Amino acid sequence: MKPLLDLDPVTVRKARSLARKAGRPVVKLAQSHTTVSVERATLRLAGLAGADHERVPWVNHLVDRVREDVGLEHGVTTPVWDALRRGEADDLLTLAQKSASGSVSFRVPEGNDATRARKAARTAVARGIRTIDKQRATRDRLIKRHGDPKQRPWIYLIVATGDIYEDIPQAQAAAREGADIIAVIRSTGQSLLDYVPEGATREGYAGTYATQENFRLMRAALDETSKELGRYIRLTNYASGLCMPEIAALAGLERLDMMLNDSMYGILFRDINPIRTFVDQRFSRQVHARAGIIINTGEDNYLTTADAVEAAHTVTVSQLLNEYFAKEAGLEDWQLGLGHAFEINPEIPDSFRMELAHALLARQLFPDAPLKWMPPTKHMTGDVFRGYLLDGFFNLVGAMTGQGILLVGMMTEAVVTPFLSDRDLALQNVRYVLGAAGGLTEDFHPPRDGFIQTRARQVLGEAVDLLDAITSEPGKAPLLEAIGDGTFGLMKRPADAGKGLDGVVERAPEYDNPAITMLEEGATK
Amino acid sequence: MTPQDPRTTDSAMPLDPMPAKGAKESGGGARKATPDIIRPYGDTTGDGMVQVSFTLPVPHDKRAEGAALQLAAKMGLEPALLVHAKAMGPDFTFFVVYGSAKHLVDLREVKVVEREFPLLTPKDVNAAIKSRMRRKLVVVGACIGTDAHTVGIDAILNIKGFAGEKGLEYYREIKVVNLGAQVLVPDLVERARAEKADAVMVSQVVTQRDAHIHNTTAMSAAFREAYPAGQVPLLVVGGPRFEEGSAPKLGVDRIFGRGTTPGEVASYLVHELAQPKATQEKR
Repeated sequence: MKPLLDLDPVTVRKARSLARKAGRPVVKLAQSHTTVSVERATLRLAGLAGADHERVPWVNHLVDRVREDVGLEHGVTTPVWDALRRGEADDLLTLAQKSASGSVSFRVPEGNDATRARKAARTAVARGIRTIDKQRATRDRLIKRHGDPKQRPWIYLIVATGDIYEDIPQAQAAAREGADIIAVIRSTGQSLLDYVPEGATREGYAGTYATQENFRLMRAALDETSKELGRYIRLTNYASGLCMPEIAALAGLERLDMMLNDSMYGILFRDINPIRTFVDQRFSRQVHARAGIIINTGEDNYLTTADAVEAAHTVTVSQLLNEYFAKEAGLEDWQLGLGHAFEINPEIPDSFRMELAHALLARQLFPDAPLKWMPPTKHMTGDVFRGYLLDGFFNLVGAMTGQGILLVGMMTEAVVTPFLSDRDLALQNVRYVLGAAGGLTEDFHPPRDGFIQTRARQVLGEAVDLLDAITSEPGKAPLLEAIGDGTFGLMKRPADAGKGLDGVVERAPEYDNPAITMLEEGATK
Repeated sequence: MTPQDPRTTDSAMPLDPMPAKGAKESGGGARKATPDIIRPYGDTTGDGMVQVSFTLPVPHDKRAEGAALQLAAKMGLEPALLVHAKAMGPDFTFFVVYGSAKHLVDLREVKVVEREFPLLTPKDVNAAIKSRMRRKLVVVGACIGTDAHTVGIDAILNIKGFAGEKGLEYYREIKVVNLGAQVLVPDLVERARAEKADAVMVSQVVTQRDAHIHNTTAMSAAFREAYPAGQVPLLVVGGPRFEEGSAPKLGVDRIFGRGTTPGEVASYLVHELAQPKATQEKR
C-alpha cells in the first residue's frame, strides 16, 4: 500500500540513527550493572518461589543474604549453587530458608569450584527458560486452534476490582462482550514495592496485585473462555516498577500475552533510579522477547502531563527510543505495541485533524508494529454524554489509521470505575465505528502538503531536533544527562538519585548470570 | 407550601412566563430572581423531567421492564417513560427512563459546606505562586518513623498523582523534595532547612500503638525547636487514621485524610503561603 504520509526518508533515517546514538551508551551501562531484582528474577527462573510467614519472598531473603556475605557483583547464582554443591542445603528452597535464619555462609568460589557452580546454576535456570519456551509454544497452538480476533484493531479492556476472584468473572464477561485483550490493572503503589507479593490476592487498591498465582488463575480462566468463544483472549499485566524483571519472568512462566513495559516510565513518573530502570528494562525485555510477549509502551503518559499539541514530538522520541531498546533486547516488530493517545484538548480548532496527523505519523514510522491507541482521559470532564462523543471520535481515528490495539475508552473515565452498562455502551461505540468506518483506510488519503501531512512532518522535525539536543548533551551517557536535567515530562531525574538506587550493583569482570547468557544465545540448556 | 405560593415555579407556569412582579433585583441586575422552590426543567418550566439510566440484575423480558418502571416510581418519577431497554448479557438489563420527578427542591434548605480554601487548577496554583512569592514554593515530603508506606505521600507528590490528578511535582512552580520512607525526624528537619522548605509534608499510615500520633507530635516539636518562632515551615500531615480537628493538638497546621487529591493539597498550600501580601502577615 502506498504510504499515506509523504515523509522524507532521510529525516526518518536520521531520527532512528539519533535514537540509536542516544540509546547505545545506556545499553552499555545496563550490560555493566545488575540489580537485586534481576538477580531475584534469575532465582525465580530456577524455580524458587514462595514466601515466609510474613510474606517476604524467599528470593528476597536469598539475594539479600548473598549480598551481605559476598556482594552481588559476581551475580547471585554462582555463590548460591556453590553453597548447594558444598552441601549447605539439599535444594534451593531449603537453602533460601536456611539463609533467612542466617545459618548458611556464602563465598565466591574460584577455579574448578566456580566452573562447576556456574554449570549447576545454568542447568537449574534452563528449566525456567524451557518452561517459557513451552508456554510460548502453547500460546501458538491455542491461537491456531481458537483463532485471532477477526478485526483490527484488537479490542483491549481493563478489569480492576482488587480481588482476583471478582476479576475473573468480569474478565470473562468482558471477553464475551467482545474484548480481545484483558488487562488487569495493578494495585496502586505496587510499582514501588521491592518484592512481588505471593499467592491469590483479594484486596488491592484501585487494582489487583500482580502475583504468580493471580497470573495463573486469570490465564486459566481466559483459556476456558477462549475455548467457549472460539477466539484466543489475550491477557495483559504490568512489567514496571522496582520488580519489573521478576514480573516479566512470572509473565513468561504463566503465559501472559502482553505486558506494559516502557523504557523510561518508571524514571519519569515514579522517580525510580534511571540506572535501576534501564538495567531492569533490558532484562525484562529479553524475557519478553523469548516469551513471545507483546510489550505495550506508555507514551500516553507524556500527553496527560504536558500539552498534547506542544508535546506531540516527545511521544515520537519516546517511541523511537522504546523501539531501539526493544530491538536491542531481541524483540521483533510484531512485539512492539508502541503507545500513543488521543489527548488533544477538544476545544482547540482542528484538534481531530491533528489527532489524525499524529496517529498516522506513528503508523507510518512503525509500519510493522501493532501500535496501541489509547483513549482520552485528560479532557474527560465527567460530562458522560460529551465523553461518549469524544470516545467515538477516538475510535474513528483508530479505524482510519489502522491501529493495532485499541484501548476502549469509557465515558465514565474520571468519574467511577466503569459500570457494566458503561462497558457495554463503550463496546457498542467501538463496534459501530469500526463497522461503519473501518474501511475508510482505503479511501482516506490526506493530500500532499495539506494540513495533516504538514503537521506530521512538523512533529517529526521537532522529534529529530529533540533527539539531536539529547545526543549532544555532555558526558558518557547523554540520555541520562537529558533525563537528569528535565528534558522529558518536565521532571529532573538525576542518575544518582531515585528509588531503588541501593539495589543497583556494578558487575565484576567475572559476573555470571545464566539467564542473560541463555537469553542472548537463544540456548535451551 | 401550597401550589398557590408565589415562590413556587408551578405558579409561574404556564400562565405567567414573565418574572414575578417585584422580584428582588440580583447583584448584576441581569439575573432573574430564582424562586425558593424549584423542580427539574426538561423543556418547560415546572415539568420536573429527568432522565436516569440503570441496570437491573434480571434477564431482559416484560417482567424486567415492569421492574424498571417500579423502581422509577419508587424514585419519585411519575409518570415514567421507559424509552430504552437492552440485555447486557444473559443476566442483566440496561434501561433508560424519562419521567417527571414529583419531588420539590427547597433552595432555602440547601446548605453549602465551604472548604476553608478555594480549589484551584494547576495553572492557577502556578500563577498564584509566581506572582505572589516570586520564586518556587518548596515542599519537602517524607514518611517518618518506621512507616514504609509511601503510597500516600507518593500519590500526592509523584507526577503520576492520584485520582486523575497529577502530583505536586507536575506543578511548574512547586519544587518537590520527596525523601521517601523511614526518614528520621532530625534528617527531615535538616533537609527542610537546607532546602528552605515552605512546607513539610509527612505521611503516616501505620497506626500500631498510636505510632502516627507519636511520630507527628515528635516531628512538630522538633521543627518548633529548630526554627525561630514564626518561621516554622507549614507542617502538613496526611494519613487515613487521623482524627478530624486534631491538627492543633498535634502541633501541625493541617491534616489531610483518606481520598485527598494533589489538587486539594496544592490549593491549600497556595491559600496558606501565596496569599496576597495583606493577609499573609497572619502567619
